[in-house]
Amino acid sequence: MKIVSRFQPPPKTGATAEFEYEGASITAPQGISLAAALLAHSGAYTRQTAGGDARAAFCMMGVCFECLVEVDGLPNTQACMTEVRQGMVVRRQIGLRRLNGCNDS
Amino acid sequence: MSAAITAADGGLRVLLLDEQAQPGGQIYRNVGARLATHSWLGKDYASGLRLLDALAQSGVTVQSGATVWRVDSGPRVVWSQNGISQVTTASHILLASGAQERPVPFPGWTLPGVMTAGAAQILMKTAGMLPKDAVLAGSGPLLYLVAAQMIDAGCPPKALVETQTPRMMLRAFPHLPKALLSAGTLLKGLRLIGKIRAAGVRRYKGASSFAATSDDSGMINFSFRSKGRLENLTCAVLLTHQGVILSTHMSRAAGITHEWNAAQVAFQPSCDIWGATDRPGLHVAGDGAGIGGAEAACAAGTLAALDILRASGHISANTRNQRAATARATLFRTRAIRPFLDAAYAPPAEILSPPDQTIICRCEDVTARAIRQGMSEGAAGHRQIKSSLRAGMGPCQGRMCDSTVRGILSAGNTSRMGDIAPPRARTPIKPITFGEMAALTTHSEDTA
Repeated sequence: MKIVSRFQPPPKTGATAEFEYEGASITAPQGISLAAALLAHSGAYTRQTAGGDARAAFCMMGVCFECLVEVDGLPNTQACMTEVRQGMVVRRQIGLRRLNGCNDS
Repeated sequence: MSAAITAADGGLRVLLLDEQAQPGGQIYRNVGARLATHSWLGKDYASGLRLLDALAQSGVTVQSGATVWRVDSGPRVVWSQNGISQVTTASHILLASGAQERPVPFPGWTLPGVMTAGAAQILMKTAGMLPKDAVLAGSGPLLYLVAAQMIDAGCPPKALVETQTPRMMLRAFPHLPKALLSAGTLLKGLRLIGKIRAAGVRRYKGASSFAATSDDSGMINFSFRSKGRLENLTCAVLLTHQGVILSTHMSRAAGITHEWNAAQVAFQPSCDIWGATDRPGLHVAGDGAGIGGAEAACAAGTLAALDILRASGHISANTRNQRAATARATLFRTRAIRPFLDAAYAPPAEILSPPDQTIICRCEDVTARAIRQGMSEGAAGHRQIKSSLRAGMGPCQGRMCDSTVRGILSAGNTSRMGDIAPPRARTPIKPITFGEMAALTTHSEDTA
């Protein structure tokens, strides 16, 4: 079941950025954090713990690490500390971050 | 910011490393963007613009999006920006690590849809986003402020669920005469409460036994007890708050001695009135040195900068003392209200030491039951709990569970919490990639 956003959408003014999240295309105001854009898109979880527990952004200030997602192949990225960028590819982080498959060299 | 401005005015070369994308910290976060939606946030927030303007004119080098992940004696800092780390040495370093909201653990606090009140305020400040159909729960000045800001934005909370009890108010009462020295702040608080009343927001007082569950549609069902009755509220967002605690990862990792602040139920770095610590070249200021709010943080920053100017030979001790008079008066006035606030909005025992089924360490899914089991098997301190259960070993490095682990170890008894030594904070205090660390080593060898 699709879970609607728990927030009113951000005001539509100024430039926007378009990015991909779990296969969907999302348009968000430039300058807002990825975590804010994801919260505006849906009220669903954005990561799963190693035990399979569903989590989403919690503190929005870089303290709690609940907003961890995979950005352009790099896992363990704090969505609340990352600004939305045109063309970024974002995926949920499922379980523990893995050492293989990341593209940060 | 105020320290950087004072130091630069005094003739020092200043580098400001700020983890956020724009200067302003959390209180004045994103104030420089001058969003139309900022009118909801009030005059105090807008006053941050003055500080931003002064910073822009000060000649301070500002590096935003710069995460400090190591502080050494020497002193020197290692910091990361856009995936590249570098080392900067200086004769003096001022740590202004700020504060975070005290974790409010209860069964269901990890569900998507449960967030902190501060998080909702950050969304208002940075993205103009307002929570739909929200319940605010907990206690403390920020809870009232966020409620009032939501009312001004035309999106009032559905209800305010307050853990404050008449007994807490009674304990706070003896501190009231001193708090009158900060009458302005008291009046502001009364005005906020007045606004919430006038808006007709439903208030539940003396609330306890928080629990949240969620259904298929993602809605949160929030249950609690108030005045002996079990209450149930359904909401899209549950925003909790139970005051703020100092962020001490940086100061602890730097090896500064910390002391227990019983009134604020938190450890803080030991320092003199100028913010000088027991580590040579390291000062602390702001909420990261002791919770006092934005005005107190500005004053403490000025005092630390004046002391650094004295220590670096730019001004004499006499000049420092004379120039410190205004800032010291501000600090005295703004701190006068703290004992009252600390007593009136003290965290309840069940938040400090929550029921068994509550997840305490969100990173590693460790429950209160597991921690109590660990204690029955002999664990008596943070280190044993961490090494046997992994609580505090995830990416947040204990920021979300240290205070609760301490609460459980002392069975919610605040008078015993100070006896438990604070856990060690180790470098890197924020996660960075191995690649970044490896690149740093090469860089250091090149320059050696």
